[in-house]
Amino acid sequence: MLAYAIRRLLATIPVMVIVAIIVFSLLYLTPGDPAAVLAGEQATADDIARLRLALGLDDPFLVRFGHWVAGVLRGDLGTSVFSNRPVLDLIVQRLEPTVALTAASLFIAVLIAVPLGVVAAWQSGRIIDRLAMGFAVLGFSMPVFVLSYLLIMLLSVEWNVLPVQGYVPIAYGFWPWATHLLLPALSLGIVNAALIARITRASMLEILGQDYIRTARAKGLSAPAILIRHALKNAAVPIITVIGISFALLISGVVVTETVFNIPGMGRLVVDAILRRDYPVIQGIILIFSMAYVLINLLVDLSYGLFDPRIRY
Amino acid sequence: MSPAVPLPAAPLLELRDLDVSFRTEGGWLRAVQGLSFTLGAGETLAIVGESGSGKSVSALSVMRLIPDPPGKITGGDILYQGQSLLGFSERQMRQLRGNDISMIFQEPMTSLNPVLSIGQQIGEAIRLHQGADRPEARARALDMLRLVQIPEAEKRLDAYPHALSGGMRQRVMIAMALACGPRILIADEPTTALDVTIQAQVLDLMRDLKDRTKAAILLITHDLGVVAEMAERVIVIYAGRKVEEGPVRDLLRCPRHPYTRGLLGAVPRLGASLKAEKAGRLLEIPGTVPRLDQPIIGCAFAPRCAYAVDRCHRERPPLEARDPGHLAACWRAHEMEPL
Ligand SMILES: Nc1ncnc2c1ncn2[C@@H]1O[C@H](COP(=O)(O)OP(=O)(O)OP(=O)(O)O)[C@@H](O)[C@H]1O
Ligand SMILES: [Mg+2]
Repeated sequence: MLAYAIRRLLATIPVMVIVAIIVFSLLYLTPGDPAAVLAGEQATADDIARLRLALGLDDPFLVRFGHWVAGVLRGDLGTSVFSNRPVLDLIVQRLEPTVALTAASLFIAVLIAVPLGVVAAWQSGRIIDRLAMGFAVLGFSMPVFVLSYLLIMLLSVEWNVLPVQGYVPIAYGFWPWATHLLLPALSLGIVNAALIARITRASMLEILGQDYIRTARAKGLSAPAILIRHALKNAAVPIITVIGISFALLISGVVVTETVFNIPGMGRLVVDAILRRDYPVIQGIILIFSMAYVLINLLVDLSYGLFDPRIRY
Repeated sequence: MSPAVPLPAAPLLELRDLDVSFRTEGGWLRAVQGLSFTLGAGETLAIVGESGSGKSVSALSVMRLIPDPPGKITGGDILYQGQSLLGFSERQMRQLRGNDISMIFQEPMTSLNPVLSIGQQIGEAIRLHQGADRPEARARALDMLRLVQIPEAEKRLDAYPHALSGGMRQRVMIAMALACGPRILIADEPTTALDVTIQAQVLDLMRDLKDRTKAAILLITHDLGVVAEMAERVIVIYAGRKVEEGPVRDLLRCPRHPYTRGLLGAVPRLGASLKAEKAGRLLEIPGTVPRLDQPIIGCAFAPRCAYAVDRCHRERPPLEARDPGHLAACWRAHEMEPL
């Protein structure tokens, strides 16, 4: 198991290298001159040229890429051309809201989706199933920002039960933290729940038709025992997999949600960085998001063995 | 004062005119029609018939496990110790399943849950029905594994099904079914999926356990050799209807229905291999089973029957006793000679 984990971890290195190359070249190829942005409206062509030289923007692609990778390996993601501060510092500062939002959304998504999918499969073809899947289609086709505004209108403006926007660090108390987090996490969670619920239902439906479910019923087990103990554990592998995949969805959702709810997280950081053509920051954040995605999916792979004894590493 | 004449005890299990149908695209498919039989305490009754004749459906309806939708018990009654199971709530049925009435299935490879250990799967019913705690259930599960003669039982307790052979899995299924000491064991083709040598071993085990547990067995099989060895009585079903019933020895010696004779290979057929006829297995009868989603006029077997006369195509023959306890539904049953 440990050997497998290490092997899988090593196998992510080429993936990360490719990600790094893509991230770097994309920004290299996009038009727009950070030096011009940085120098400001009044700058002369000379000023800009000097700035380009200082930033190393005139070096050949490979040289710049080499510099950047060498830095990344030392834990140095470069310096923001806008604020002149280390990118890593900027990211660390913005980490907590984003991690909190992502984790809470994922938690809410699973909490809604798995029971919904299980019940829908159990009641397949009946009214509860139709309602659940109708909800799933609605959730999946609704853009995050639309849902966010709907929830804000309802819960904050109409009923006034939750704060409209902003983020309070958990250090200032659990309750303010949780109430501020709930609305954005709910918006993002519901959208993700839709996908997970559909996969849960499909996976459960297949399992419920298996012979061993009939055996379980012939033992006299109750519906919850059959659904959870006998069926859900068998259906777990595809469900866990889609949870891993939905993490990608979550990341793009985080960018939108943080903007809508005015949360000072990495999503906002990247939006601001894009507006300012702050390349080092954009590169750093995309790299971190990609790493998180790869790691999450590695964890997903490793967790299969917990659910299915036939899977051995 | 003379003692009151004791009423004959109700049979352990009785099916009365049972109808089971499935809703299909082409309308209702009548899988079982007017099926009646009784099973006494400790008795072994075999059900024989071609594929699709309704054996599994009858067995599952006793457990009230017909998948609904699309299936439905549309008529008749099922009595367990004189009580109608059709009037039971789902909760009452759950108390019966795996406890009073157990079932083992044809496919040992797929009938065990791949993600639960053998010990968990056997112990589950013991905990549920007998209120045993975990260690107790585990100890009882171990006893059961020993009872079904699984080597290294202790090790197997924590094994998962994929680590076991088909024969071993079927033994586990038997252990599971017998764990709570059921009064009725329904065995739906318990050996069909196994190798011939393993079949013999599992049958030996079942015969041995039958004597020890005193459970009544409803044995569904394709194999007339198995019937001869295991059962006291046998019923033959065709297209969802019982066509013959009788004590095993009687019925095998002198089958009264041409269908039964066909299954035994007693009817001369074109191109029939003589070897197959001696093998004791159900033989293939030329022609196909009629569609069950369309009304059948006359005897359902008539189109395939070498003995069929005009009347067979017009009127359905009633089940009538020929010898004591030996019934057959055939207009020409009286003409059938012993084999
Ligand atoms: N879930 C179902 N949906 C529709 N039809 C069904 C269903 N289960 C059984 N049937 C139909 O009921 C009839 C009897 O099936 P059953 O499984 O009882 O046959 P069987 O005698 O057990 O055959 P085999 O020897 O192949 O197991 C068949 O025509 C079958 O197509
Ligand atoms: Mg069957």
